[in-house]
Amino acid sequence: MSQIGWVARRSVRRTLRQPALIVPTIVFPLFLLAVNASGLAAATKLPGFPTDNYLSFALSVSFMQGALFAATTAGAELATDIETGFLNRLSLTPLRGVAILVGQLAGAVLVSLLASLVYLAVGLIAGANLAAGVGGAVVLLALAVLIGVAFGGLGLLMALRTGSAEAVQGLFPLMFVVFFLSSLNLPRNLIETDWFRTVATYNPVSYLVEGIRSLVISGWDGEALALGFGMAAGIAVLSFAGAASALRTRLTRT
Amino acid sequence: MKHVVDVALAVARRSLRHAFTNPALLVPSILFPLVFLLAFAGGLSNIDNVPGFDYKPGYTAFQYVFVLLQSAAFGGVFSGFGIAADFESGFARRLLLAAPSRPAILLGYALSGLVRFLFTAVWVTLAAVIGGLRVDGSGVDLFGLLALGLLVNAASTLFAAGVSYRARTLQAGPFMQIPIFLTLFLAPVYVPLDLLQGWIKVAASVNPATALLQAGRGFIAGVQETTVLAFACGAGLVALMALYALRGLRRAETSP
Repeated sequence: MSQIGWVARRSVRRTLRQPALIVPTIVFPLFLLAVNASGLAAATKLPGFPTDNYLSFALSVSFMQGALFAATTAGAELATDIETGFLNRLSLTPLRGVAILVGQLAGAVLVSLLASLVYLAVGLIAGANLAAGVGGAVVLLALAVLIGVAFGGLGLLMALRTGSAEAVQGLFPLMFVVFFLSSLNLPRNLIETDWFRTVATYNPVSYLVEGIRSLVISGWDGEALALGFGMAAGIAVLSFAGAASALRTRLTRT
Repeated sequence: MKHVVDVALAVARRSLRHAFTNPALLVPSILFPLVFLLAFAGGLSNIDNVPGFDYKPGYTAFQYVFVLLQSAAFGGVFSGFGIAADFESGFARRLLLAAPSRPAILLGYALSGLVRFLFTAVWVTLAAVIGGLRVDGSGVDLFGLLALGLLVNAASTLFAAGVSYRARTLQAGPFMQIPIFLTLFLAPVYVPLDLLQGWIKVAASVNPATALLQAGRGFIAGVQETTVLAFACGAGLVALMALYALRGLRRAETSP
């Protein structure tokens, strides 16, 4: 645990010293929230739309964008450590692999938590309703952080596989595609284009979004929450298993 | 005059060779507009059932125009990145020393931005046609839409060049992207202006990008809407940004 603490402390300090990593994570999703909430407000007039407040519907998207930034932050930080040789020096110490992986993620998770708090506060101030109440806010933050961990794990995996911060940045467009091909902007039952609805149904991101969204617009929905937490945990487990394997390979190689 | 053409063509050729032989530059410039088209035209197609949405060619066409103009604008930004990268590598300084006409360097970058936009436009149009793009306008209308795209591309290239000549570093990338991103998204992206509500309607009403989008959508629908205003806005933006870029170039010439 103390090993994780040391690496985590370094990761948190390094992240907090770079406003360029924190500010866009918070500002960019809020700008898109403002634009989409007003620009797509007319969508609430579609028959069957689950709420008459598009801001409430769109709030979940900000949490997903925050997780996306967490992924690139975690990955880029670890890749920089690889590029500068810091990871090689760490491998000479008795530090365990799990401490490197979990500790490296701490900065990104902290940013994800801070950003989630800001999204929630701004959303509520701007007029979003949190149907699940105060308890729902706690669960929402927990799910948002778990999603941040899951995507952060993907960033670590990418960093360890490529060893290049530039390649990790290249992950952004790919994840951007996966994000947009989901139920991010409309509920799945209201997506008219068949192929898009099919892709969105098979896309795990849809269930992450719907888990968060359920707390905001419909209250306590056990199925949506179970799917959201299940998908996030699944992605986290798979990405960390992959990252652990990649770390072993990298350390053996060096 | 021959010097100007020679320099412009040489700069454009070099810039295009760099762009088309580097997948890290080429892929995002094609991928991003296609993702936007898929996400908006595919994922939001039900929006055309919203009461009051009366754009006859349908939602794919409605979004096609936005994505086309967006790719025109971002084609210009990518050219700006190229100028900044040339300053970081020291090439731009050597070019300033060697070129018999310095404004021709700017013209060369603008030409390369134009070709990159046309390349992306082909992909976006193909994807839109596969996705069921319906065009009610005539061939002349389509040329009108293309002309609008070229104006947007030229204006954004000149803007990004102006930023690059002043900052002379790739770290200024966000200062090229964010203003363009804001301008585009503060226009009627998802629904027509009449269906917007609240602060975004006010912002969109005074945003020149709104006139460009409405005119572009009018060309596809075969209806002349804000066409004169759009071309006036486009030409005005090009003139203004040309001035901004040339003053930036002058600053780069005299900087230590």
